[in-house]
Formats: sequence, C-alpha cells, structure tokens
Amino acid sequence: MMIPACRLVDLPRGEAYRLDIDPPVSVFHTDDGEVFAIDDTCTHQDASLADGWLEGCEVECPLHASKFDLRTGAVDAPPAKRPVRTHEVHVEDGMIYVRLSLDAPNLPPCVAARLAGGPA
Amino acid sequence: MRMVAVVGASLAGLSAARSLRGQGFDGRLVVIGDELHRPYDRPPLSKEFLAGSLAETELALEPDDEDLRAEWLLGVRAVGLDGPQRAVRLADGSEVRADGVVIATGAAARTLPGTDGLAGVHTLRTLDDARALRDELALGGRLVVIGGGFIGAEVASTAYALGLDVTVVEAAPTPLAGPLGETMGGIVSALHADHGVRLLCGVGVQGLRGVSRVEAVLLEDGRSIPADTVVVGVGARPCVEWLAGSGLELADGVRCGADGRTGLPGVVAVGDCASWYDPRAGLHRRVEHWTGARERPDAAVTALLAGGAVEPGAPRPPYFWSDQYGVKIQFAGHAAAADSVTIEEGARDDRNVLAVYRRSGHPVAVLGMNQPRLFTRWRKQLAAAA
Repeated sequence: MMIPACRLVDLPRGEAYRLDIDPPVSVFHTDDGEVFAIDDTCTHQDASLADGWLEGCEVECPLHASKFDLRTGAVDAPPAKRPVRTHEVHVEDGMIYVRLSLDAPNLPPCVAARLAGGPA
Repeated sequence: MRMVAVVGASLAGLSAARSLRGQGFDGRLVVIGDELHRPYDRPPLSKEFLAGSLAETELALEPDDEDLRAEWLLGVRAVGLDGPQRAVRLADGSEVRADGVVIATGAAARTLPGTDGLAGVHTLRTLDDARALRDELALGGRLVVIGGGFIGAEVASTAYALGLDVTVVEAAPTPLAGPLGETMGGIVSALHADHGVRLLCGVGVQGLRGVSRVEAVLLEDGRSIPADTVVVGVGARPCVEWLAGSGLELADGVRCGADGRTGLPGVVAVGDCASWYDPRAGLHRRVEHWTGARERPDAAVTALLAGGAVEPGAPRPPYFWSDQYGVKIQFAGHAAAADSVTIEEGARDDRNVLAVYRRSGHPVAVLGMNQPRLFTRWRKQLAAAA
C-alpha cells in the first residue's frame, strides 16, 4: 500500500515526520538529503523514533541509547535487541510516498499487547 | 594484544567485550563475572521487572544470535590484581593472566549499619535483589523507602502502582537536589505527593525496629514509621576493594584519564567503578549512569588497543533517565555547574517541563519531564556546544 506522507519541502533536512497510522511510521530526511521510512516505535519500549537523535543514517531512540540504521532497520546495541521494519520511499511531484512493508512489525511488549487488544 | 580479560559481566563489561570485537580484536577474550547470570539490564529492575510486567528472559542484554567468541567465567569473584603482570586472581584460587585488562566491577548498594539479617529489609542492585523484593511487594502492606534518590523514587512509584502504602524518607531537605538541583529536585519529587505517597524530608533514619523481621523505621526526630517492608536506597559504593595493592590509584573508584586509561599500562576501567577525568570540568568523577556504561567502553577499548597512541575524543554529556508515576524523566549534563535554571516549555504543575540549566548564560544541563522530543534537541545542542 502506498501512503502519501508529506511534501518534501515541508520536511527540512535533519527532521522527521511521523505518520499516525497503526503502528506509526516515520519518514526521515537526513542531513545528506536522503529520505527513509522506518517503523516509528522503538522495539525496546514505547518511544517515538521521530523524536530521536538523527545523525547520518542513524537515529538514536529519544529515551535510551539504541541506534537504528535507517537503511536496514538494524539496531546497534541494547537495550533494544530487534530491528525496526524499513519501508520503501518514493518521491513524486514533490510528495513523499511510503510503501508499507508486509513484514510483521517488531513492537515493544507493551505496544504489542495494546494493539492485540490486551492490557497496555 | 593476544588476550584481554574483562572483569565484570554487566552492561559495562559486555559493552567492552563488544567494543573489543567491534574494533577488530581477534584474540582470546575472557569475561569474568561474580554473578551466575549472563549480562542483564538493570533499569527495569526497579520498574517493569519489579512490577511483574517484564519477564526475566526479557532482561537479557545479549540477542540470541550474538557470538562474541568470549570465554565466560561466571559465578566467580575477582579478589586481586597483580598490576604489572596483569594477572587477575579469582576467589577459587585460579588466576587469569592477560595482555589487557578491562575493569568493570561496578558498584554495590550501600546498606544501613546494623540491619543485617533483619527480614523485610532490601537493597536493589542485582537481579537476585529484585526477585526477592518483587516477591515481598506482592504481599502488599506498608513500604518505607529510605532515600529519595532515583532508585528509591522508582521503587516507591512501582510499589504505589502495586497498591502498597508507601512512605519515602529522605535525609536532605529536597530529594534529588544533588543530581537535579534544589528547584527541579523539588518539582520531580512532588510526583510522590501527587500520588498519595508520603515524603518525609530533612530527617535522618536512626535505625530499624524489629526482632527477626522489620516492624518500623525509627527517625532521628523520634517518629516511628510502621513498615512491613523497607527498601534502603542510599546510594552505591564502587567495587574496588579487590584492587587494593594492585598499583592502581583508588579514590572513589579507579582513577582514570578521559578515556578510561589507568596508571597501569594495559589496564582500563569502565562503568560505575571508574572515576574518569572530565576535561571540561577539570576533575575526576564517577558517573553511575547506564548510558556511560554503554558508551564509554568504546573509548576505553580504543585506548587499550592503541596502547595510548590515540587522543580521547570529547565524551557526550552524561545522560540518564528515570520513570516515575508514568512520567518520563530525562536529564543530560551537570546541574552542579549551573548558576540558573529556567523552565523553557511546559508547566510545572502538569509535570511536563523542559528546563534548561545555564552557567553565565550558557546551557550546561537540561531536564525533561515527558518532553522527549524537545529534550533530544537540547541534548544535541549541549553536546555540540561542549
């Protein structure tokens, strides 16, 4: 599924745009001008990676110290142990589109429970 | 360098082992730990694990597929170091001799004198501590937390959520004034009262009452606070006794340079037991934060492998977090260096503030309560300004 996210001109370099779908997805515009989309929720605990520390092609979770690679979704070190999903990005007529991955997301336990309808 | 011994198998030790492999060390790697457990994460011990919402298996710091090609000597305590030989003596009488030694033996919870053997009295530092406390909190009743620091406050918050009647006793006039300063310490510790947890400040503890099990906490002003369970959260001391006579300088931890290098060639120290030189402040300090134990081993390992031929880069400002009563508390920098603190965003009564600490107008620290986005921006600025 292709989802329109935001206009490229509205997303300055070094910034992130959070797509409020369930689970949320974030689009990052790196300082080098590349655009990536990954799952927004840290796989360790409920935190929005769009609020995180973007440096190069890596974003550090705003709460703890795990860094996720925007290109692969891979995580570098604990406390997070599982990667985030990456999503395909297309820019067409100045609009950023995200094609959602069909893989199952790696959500932290509390968020997974909430989405499953269980206790938060 | 053909063999490195890492003494300490918690976050700092594991991070050092990872850094060694990550930086190309291909030799023999021995990790020595006095607990029987593989490396586990401590922050949840006072929160989700204590509350029962996080299983023990989820505390593991190593993913299943990680292979550091290390030899793990677990359940064995290091009791001595021959500095010049870089030989680590173990409690079972054996010895591990290495070309490089990483000291990562952490810190141990301080206790109250005269409370040994009294049931119902806990400290919280290790997984075994947390298991014992969790089982006891599950019984409910009255909990008295001695010490209003972060561990004490997190335990109080968790116990409150579990339905216990909670009192926090703090000797200082304001809890958290050390790490956060008076003003923000007051705002953060107001979370206790928001939730009906009693906070008694400015009064010391004289002792505990009870024969085989604790019954009450006796305060220096004569009050007696009934307690079914007591948690002593009065700080930690670095585990460096075993290094006496090693030739290392021990002053509130192992004294190190700005990259963990000690006075002994081939020996570095990381984590809670290490007192690193802070070039910005011009002094040594021991930083007991998770983030330091995670990040600093990278620099120490670089120094170890290079034999001191590499100049240390500037470390990021210290960062820590805490979760209390559903509020995400984040802090970076040094509050003690500040001459002013201002709330830049949010409202103190809503407990969602972003506060900036300044010295002569320049930011030296930042505190966030439920402000992760703004906090990250300020944290980046702090690092860039440093």
